[in-house]
Amino acid sequence: MPNRILPSEITPESVYRERRRLMQAGLAVFGAGLTGAWARLAEARVQFKGEISESRFSTDEERTPFEDVTTYNNFYEFGTGKGDPAENAHRLQTDPWSVTVEGECARPGTYALEDILKPHGLEERIYRLRCVEGWSMIIPWVGFPLGDLIRRFEPTGSAKYVEFQTLYDPEQMPGQRRRILDWPYVEGLRMDEAMHPLTILAVGLYGKVMPNQNGAPIRLVVPWKYGFKSIKSIVRMRFVEQQPVSSWMRAAPDEYGFYSNVNPNVDHPRWSQARERRIGEFLKRPTLMFNGYEDEVADLYRGMDLKKHF
Amino acid sequence: MTAAVGLRLDVPVAWQRAVVFMLCLLPLAWLVLRALTGALSANPIDDITDATGTWTLRLLLITLAMTPLRRLTGWKWPLRLRRMLGLFAFFYASLHLMTYLWFDQFFLWPEILADILERPFITLGMTAYALLLPLALTSNQASQRRLRRNWKRLHRLVYPIALLGVVHYYWLVKADVREPLLYGALWLGLMTLRLPASTNRMNRQGENKSL
Repeated sequence: MPNRILPSEITPESVYRERRRLMQAGLAVFGAGLTGAWARLAEARVQFKGEISESRFSTDEERTPFEDVTTYNNFYEFGTGKGDPAENAHRLQTDPWSVTVEGECARPGTYALEDILKPHGLEERIYRLRCVEGWSMIIPWVGFPLGDLIRRFEPTGSAKYVEFQTLYDPEQMPGQRRRILDWPYVEGLRMDEAMHPLTILAVGLYGKVMPNQNGAPIRLVVPWKYGFKSIKSIVRMRFVEQQPVSSWMRAAPDEYGFYSNVNPNVDHPRWSQARERRIGEFLKRPTLMFNGYEDEVADLYRGMDLKKHF
Repeated sequence: MTAAVGLRLDVPVAWQRAVVFMLCLLPLAWLVLRALTGALSANPIDDITDATGTWTLRLLLITLAMTPLRRLTGWKWPLRLRRMLGLFAFFYASLHLMTYLWFDQFFLWPEILADILERPFITLGMTAYALLLPLALTSNQASQRRLRRNWKRLHRLVYPIALLGVVHYYWLVKADVREPLLYGALWLGLMTLRLPASTNRMNRQGENKSL
């Protein structure tokens, strides 16, 4: 396990809080060793400097234009209209950012984003994204396998699931001022789904740092599940023994199940999932089992009744 | 508003009709303009479905508001414009239905039939349209004369039609039900104004005003 976090690598909360205070006060000239990482991160806000490697998991389908990917979003924290996130997400402060890791693991703690990212090489993953509403896109994400990060936290044998949470801050996320959903947004994966090589944490798209409306600074991407499983702007990861209850399960238990795998044969109770409209195309196309990732992930659900475990 | 002022200023009826006619075409003009200038979202078909559906519902409710408005104010123009407003509701409902049949289902009749049978919100939408159709067809004065008392009874169908529209909308949204609930509240309000107790009071008020 090459990516294990050494205790010395973990930044104590007091230290990074102080660092942030310094940064915010514009006093970053102090402590060049500390600020180097920050400067690199700030540069990376626009374009990633390092190499982004290609992936065998990428599709060669035509990519959905950047403009569409960044203006047609479901991110209810910024409003329920498709254009609301692009309009309101500038309020989100993604720097500094930290992720709290807790639950059944040997290395819980609150990690600054740069400490999370440091050991991971970035890859481009061009994935299909299928929304539960019946539209789809092809998005070139930039990220790294979630499994590589999870190994660094050394989950225990009781860690059967991992639960994720989005930031809760109605000041930055005006959509949270109304209880459209039970905030903060919660999602979860079974451990083998989380460790699957297709599952990534994305920090960018189209070679650029993640736009806020797409879930900056760090979001999940699980390409064989409906889009809402791929939780955005993550601030918390928790290893748990019991199956988490996601926000959508809580909102409508008979409509949204824990798995939410893309499945043309299991309809949403209110509409068909058999076909989808690829953004930019006129005719609809048939939806593929597991969103076309059947060869890679079907084994995870061997023997399960997918009508029951929808 | 314009029409209200127009009446007070004794603008000819034909002008009132022309103004409301143009106003009712504005949502369509706006939609076409946005489509032509690329101002719709990345999923323009959804935008068209949305806009035509929303305006059907709005125009139905506006149509339903005409009778109480007449009673409340004593003005005559609301009743004169009611038919045109109702027909525009039907016009937008037809555009809405065509968008679904053509751009959503591409006239795949087996799929459309399955949708109608299995998806309650589509069942409701189709029912509402099927009920609206005879009202549109009998909206002319010849039918009104021919059907006599039955005409009024037939056209009372517009009350359940508007409610079907509200529930149709409510059942298709994922989580944010504020807008369908608002339309539901408006429908309920307009129905309440038709209860005998309200109409009596409004009639008195309207009479006083028109004196």
